[in-house]
Amino acid sequence: MQEHVEFHDVSLKIGRDTILEDINLTLEGGKTYGLLGRNGAGKTSLLSLLAAFRPASTGAIRLNGEKIFENPSAMQQICFSYDKDYSEETEKVKSLLKNLEFYRSHFDHEYADRLVERFNLPLNKAVSKLSTGMQSAFNVTIGLASRCPVTIFDESYLGMDAPTRDIFYQEILREQSEHPRIFILSTHLVSEMDHLFDDVIMIQNGRAVLHDDYETLMTKAFYVTGDGDAVERFSKPYRVLDRQQLGGTTSALIYTDAVDTPQKEAHEQGLDVHHVTLQDLFIHLTKEVTQDANS
Amino acid sequence: MSGPFRDDRPIFLQVREMIEDQILNDQLQEGEQAPSTNQLVNVYKINHLTVSKGINQLVDEGILYKKRGVGMFVSEGAKTELIEQRKQSFVDRYVKDMLAEADKLNMSEDELIRLIQQTKREES
Repeated sequence: MQEHVEFHDVSLKIGRDTILEDINLTLEGGKTYGLLGRNGAGKTSLLSLLAAFRPASTGAIRLNGEKIFENPSAMQQICFSYDKDYSEETEKVKSLLKNLEFYRSHFDHEYADRLVERFNLPLNKAVSKLSTGMQSAFNVTIGLASRCPVTIFDESYLGMDAPTRDIFYQEILREQSEHPRIFILSTHLVSEMDHLFDDVIMIQNGRAVLHDDYETLMTKAFYVTGDGDAVERFSKPYRVLDRQQLGGTTSALIYTDAVDTPQKEAHEQGLDVHHVTLQDLFIHLTKEVTQDANS
Repeated sequence: MSGPFRDDRPIFLQVREMIEDQILNDQLQEGEQAPSTNQLVNVYKINHLTVSKGINQLVDEGILYKKRGVGMFVSEGAKTELIEQRKQSFVDRYVKDMLAEADKLNMSEDELIRLIQQTKREES
């Protein structure tokens, strides 16, 4: 069965603060979602609702049509991997992994062993004695080997060195093709992880401001560069996210929902067209919203 | 986004051209298996939707073909077909750019032809 998760008019209020508002999202099995947002935008709050750690203030989150909160069978299907506090965890890596098969019905022991080897995790060390990077690798091992239909990694790379992160990314790619599920990756390392995403979701000030598949999103934004007046003329009907000037040359970052994207037209007008990276797009999209909110 | 890709042309086009180049210079022979999407994603760290888009174009044009459950292979006659395609786009991709640059430098047609001949002699 193809898994799907629905957020329907979800909001979260804590005291007088609105943390999340008007969240309507549909997530489908077999896709890897990149969840992006500035610090404090509400990413972790959103994910903890999906993990049923707390109830939403309004609205409902459903997995395959069933509400997830206080629903044990739905919660079995969802794994949330985050920066856990292991300071009191005197249990060894080996025995903690061993116990997991009692909690996680899809847990694959052989795969966990392979990951332990790839990540060089010391099996006989207490989890509390692991370095931050090693604890992250331990979390990722659990998250991957549990093979939950909905697997969430919330900044799971904390403290990992570059080669370890690369292993993590390779495993996500391989797992998604061999054991398809819903992966949600919340991250600040956009440029390092953008190759993993099927869809991109951006959260800004507690709202989901964008949800698009990667390829569509990347054709919506582009730089045009050339003579200042020509660039101004061309970019007039569009939303310009950023503008840089150098002498008589202007470079404008254009964002458009137009189905028929106007890159070709720009080219014909003698302007250079360059594509933008997801990281740059993220920076300029979220920057703009913040300025609007302040003005 | 990293690897040997330029930012002034769509990446999916550059992916397909990379595979085309391998076929054109015989690194990939007809009948041989082409690199898989996952391999390309792992090596170049580009999005797999982007890679698929490039590869699917080659499949649609009959340059590559899919064997179910095995992977992607180079079709018979792929090289001849690619040479034909590349010749057709040669003017757009190279000649026009060269003429635009020569124009900026006020170079004459004769000067341009002399330079091409001279460079070719030096290289052989």
